[in-house]
Amino acid sequence: MPLGDYVRNSQIWKSIFRHPAPKDRRNRVVVMLTNFFLHLHPVSIRKQGIALSYTWCMGGITFFLFLVETVTGVLLMFYYRPTLEHAYNDIISLGQVTTLGVLRELHRWGAHAMVIAIWLHMYRVFLTGSYKPPREFNWTIGVILLVLTLLLSFTGYLLPWDQLAIWAITVGSNMARATPLLGHEGPGAKLLNVGGVDLIHSGSDARFALLGQRFVGEMTLLRFYVLHCVALPLAAALLIAIHFWRIRKDGGISGPL
Amino acid sequence: MSEPTKPAETTAASPAGTAGTATAAAPSATPPAVPPPAKPPVKKPGADRRFFLFTWMGIAWTTFCASMAAMALGTVRFMFPNVLAEPPSSFKAGVPGGYEPGQVVERYKQEQGVWLVREGNTIFALSTICTHLGCTPNWLENEQKFKCPCHGSGFYKNGINFEGPAPRPLERFKISIADDGQLLVDKSKKFQHELGEWGSPDASVQV
Repeated sequence: MPLGDYVRNSQIWKSIFRHPAPKDRRNRVVVMLTNFFLHLHPVSIRKQGIALSYTWCMGGITFFLFLVETVTGVLLMFYYRPTLEHAYNDIISLGQVTTLGVLRELHRWGAHAMVIAIWLHMYRVFLTGSYKPPREFNWTIGVILLVLTLLLSFTGYLLPWDQLAIWAITVGSNMARATPLLGHEGPGAKLLNVGGVDLIHSGSDARFALLGQRFVGEMTLLRFYVLHCVALPLAAALLIAIHFWRIRKDGGISGPL
Repeated sequence: MSEPTKPAETTAASPAGTAGTATAAAPSATPPAVPPPAKPPVKKPGADRRFFLFTWMGIAWTTFCASMAAMALGTVRFMFPNVLAEPPSSFKAGVPGGYEPGQVVERYKQEQGVWLVREGNTIFALSTICTHLGCTPNWLENEQKFKCPCHGSGFYKNGINFEGPAPRPLERFKISIADDGQLLVDKSKKFQHELGEWGSPDASVQV
């Protein structure tokens, strides 16, 4: 028996791949349907759907970059410590000491590319009118994913803990001072007081919750680290799964105009 | 619950059925002189279950939702730390006589975020937070101005903005003389020039 046949007839192979090779129409369908990783993808798509001139593959590239960011990010976590004492030096040593520390640059450039790709994806979806019913819900999911991507960029920006990072986050988080009602310099904040004592002050407003203290410091670094490495990626992964699933449920990639 | 009659009727059948067998057995076991047992009080069909549904389940769900809401609120509160590794909001800054006229003291900038400035015989405490976007300007002794490195805002020694994007002067903090004769700066109270607050007696100290 040829080796290939031996492998394909073994129990291990058959336990993983329940069906024969996708050589005929039926097996092409069932292979897609029974594979966990492939089942998010439709069984069949329009020829239009894979035309590079139509989709630019920008959604796919964005997802690919999300995977790149996940893998490189997990690797970086082995070397990076989010404390005032270590953060800056750990980033420097990733570039100068660690073998293949260029993964950190990959993570950084991948993040830039992801923001660009997500904008181009959105642009394409807009130009092809793919935000229109029945795809309006998926457009909304996409907008939330855009915001999550920008928040991932924002939180990741602080982690090198250099002057650029600290002041960029100082400037950025100062916007939260002006949150209506919940920012201590925002409109209506003075309305929230009990017996003349302000409930919303610099130690209790939205900016304080974001920073964990009154200025950008160690608590801020830790909060942004947790948001960047755990909370935001989990939320993004969940919404990405829904985003892909809804493409199929809403009738596949939109047709020509 | 617009049409409860149908399930209610079907469920009412089973208690009636058991009651029927009980009354059927009764004549054979007891003499006829004894009057038949009084009919049990007429209950609306399904009343037990409706009571259960609206009362006990209502209580249970209310309790559950209330505890979940309390936990959610507690979790929001959890994000606000109770103890901060920050210096106290007021600090003492030496005796006023130690300040030269025209001097900008940078000793408290790093720790407290405050410049102490003496102009003539007036000492005041300037915040080191740029009023544009919150960076920390530098005091340039040669040019006698505060200059922000982020976007180039410039402020005179008295804190008035004169160049760059800063929309308003630096803020001043409350300053007074403590019992021991030292200057006492209280950062929890600020004075803004554009609100006409710099004239307040708490906004500066006369030497």
